[in-house]
Amino acid sequence: MGLRNFFDRIEPNFVKGGKYEKLFPIYEMVESFIYTPKTVTTAAPHARSYVDMKRIMTYVVIATIPCIIMGLYNVGLQVNSAYETIDPTGWRAWIISSLGIGFNAGNPLANFAHGLLYFLPIYITTLVVGGIWEVLFATVRGHEVNEGFLVTSMLFALIMPPAAPLWQVALGISFGVVIGKEVFGGTGKNFLNPALTGRAFLYFAYPANMSGDTIWTPVDGFSGATALSIGASQGYQELAANGMNWMNSFVGTVQGSIGEVSALACLIGLAFLLITKIANWRLVVGCMGGMIGFSLLLNLIGSDTNPMFAMPWYWHFVVGGFAFGLVFMVTEPVSASHTNVGRYIYGALIGFMVVMIRVLNPAFPEGMMLAILFGNVFAPLIDYFVVQANIKRRARRHV
Amino acid sequence: MAQTKRDLLIDPLVDNNPITLQVLGICSALAVTSSLEVSMVMALAVTAVTGFSSMFISVLRNQIPGSIRIIVQMVIIASLVIIVDQVLKAYAYEVSKTLSVFVGLIITNCIVMGRAEAFAMKNPPIDSFVDGVGNGLGYGALLLTVGFIRELFGAGTLFGFTILPTVNNGGWYVPNGMLLLPPSAFFIIGLLIWAVRSWKPGQVEEREYKIQVVEGH
Repeated sequence: MGLRNFFDRIEPNFVKGGKYEKLFPIYEMVESFIYTPKTVTTAAPHARSYVDMKRIMTYVVIATIPCIIMGLYNVGLQVNSAYETIDPTGWRAWIISSLGIGFNAGNPLANFAHGLLYFLPIYITTLVVGGIWEVLFATVRGHEVNEGFLVTSMLFALIMPPAAPLWQVALGISFGVVIGKEVFGGTGKNFLNPALTGRAFLYFAYPANMSGDTIWTPVDGFSGATALSIGASQGYQELAANGMNWMNSFVGTVQGSIGEVSALACLIGLAFLLITKIANWRLVVGCMGGMIGFSLLLNLIGSDTNPMFAMPWYWHFVVGGFAFGLVFMVTEPVSASHTNVGRYIYGALIGFMVVMIRVLNPAFPEGMMLAILFGNVFAPLIDYFVVQANIKRRARRHV
Repeated sequence: MAQTKRDLLIDPLVDNNPITLQVLGICSALAVTSSLEVSMVMALAVTAVTGFSSMFISVLRNQIPGSIRIIVQMVIIASLVIIVDQVLKAYAYEVSKTLSVFVGLIITNCIVMGRAEAFAMKNPPIDSFVDGVGNGLGYGALLLTVGFIRELFGAGTLFGFTILPTVNNGGWYVPNGMLLLPPSAFFIIGLLIWAVRSWKPGQVEEREYKIQVVEGH
């Protein structure tokens, strides 16, 4: 193994007292990305498992692949469909034409290639800017650069609208990594989801670029509303008149952020995460339960003035970021509750809040981001009460 | 106390800043800092109130009975706040409208009460006045810093003059709407506290717990 020898040869330079002592986190990052980390626990309890942090993070990234593929296809599809009436402009159109791929919305490969040209700049910006912060903090504080950042950056890029300006992407991921994670001490100590923290920052800082009808398809002069904004203004029954049925919302050929459109792709990711036991099924059950329960209740109550009351749960599931948030953010182990009972409560709280914000709050058409951040904040409290209740119950047993 | 008057004035600016070290007066710092002009008026108002209230309380300190001292202090502070409020309404009506209830709420500003309790009750009038002004200036310095950041990046202006021409007015700067919302001041103050404590590590509080590393056998 030439590579292993290479690492062993250069390692003395990076350990304490070596020439590049300060750069140890970077060395460690590259080394542990390729090989299993060498650190072992020094005190009991010793647990031996092949699913270490690196494996978990890698699995989550793998689970996002269906979402990436569907997302890229859909961005390209929306842009190419818009180009049927509007003339293609910009450097992406230039690359597509000079490669001879064309703007045929019926050709999946052309759509995919076009979507890639929108996703890659966003993703690369996220990786580079977020990575710089990550390495900076790791170097100054002497902790390790964690694979968690790969997950954060991928999720962050997937919840951006395709038309997001790159400087905003850079600002958002900086805020997410620094305020959402590093000020609390890095991966594992963050009580908020860093990707969502960055997204929420952008949402409040630049509402014109993060919400509305013109940002989901990055074509000048094209306006396409998301299912949720149509639902809020006209009612979900009108979605069909706007060319949206349940099936295409489920498969994900509608307006939305890059990776969140397809509930189907999210479910594939969820199946993978559940089989590998990375995601805890209690969180998923809780969240679905909360969402279904509260939306059924609102269906029963009904409202003459607010058409969102009538939206059934199976529509809530496929529109907006619900499925994506459910699969990749509610189940994130660090910011969720850590007790089993707490997981049901935590999930249900988020499911309830999503419907609450979507239906009852006129200011925000989509509520998944805010609901998850809300849940994140409450997770430690929920755990606290669950643990206290357990202690009380056991104490009563032994009077 | 061996502090000179110069120390009393300079110390609260950074080393013993009422906001970054003692974390007092946060509420008004969040609410009024969306523009520099308002921040400055608020800083002056609080400085005037802390300075004079400390002085008057110090003058009366030997006459105030211990059991009702808070009430007496409140009466003095409230009278001064009413004067400040009336002056603002007379000479800076627009700003006083923006500040609205926050001028009245100077009464409840912890910095004013804190200085009265902690310093003015035990020290002579001139020292108390200098100490009050110093703390007011320390509060004001932070308010101005936050107001500067929020107005410049949130609206592209300073004191109402355009510095960064915004997109809506044909310029290039896209204003950060988050900075016009009060929570942003929370982030900015937090980051400032972080910066000040990195600069002067003596301000960092001791941990309430200690992480123990257990060595294996």
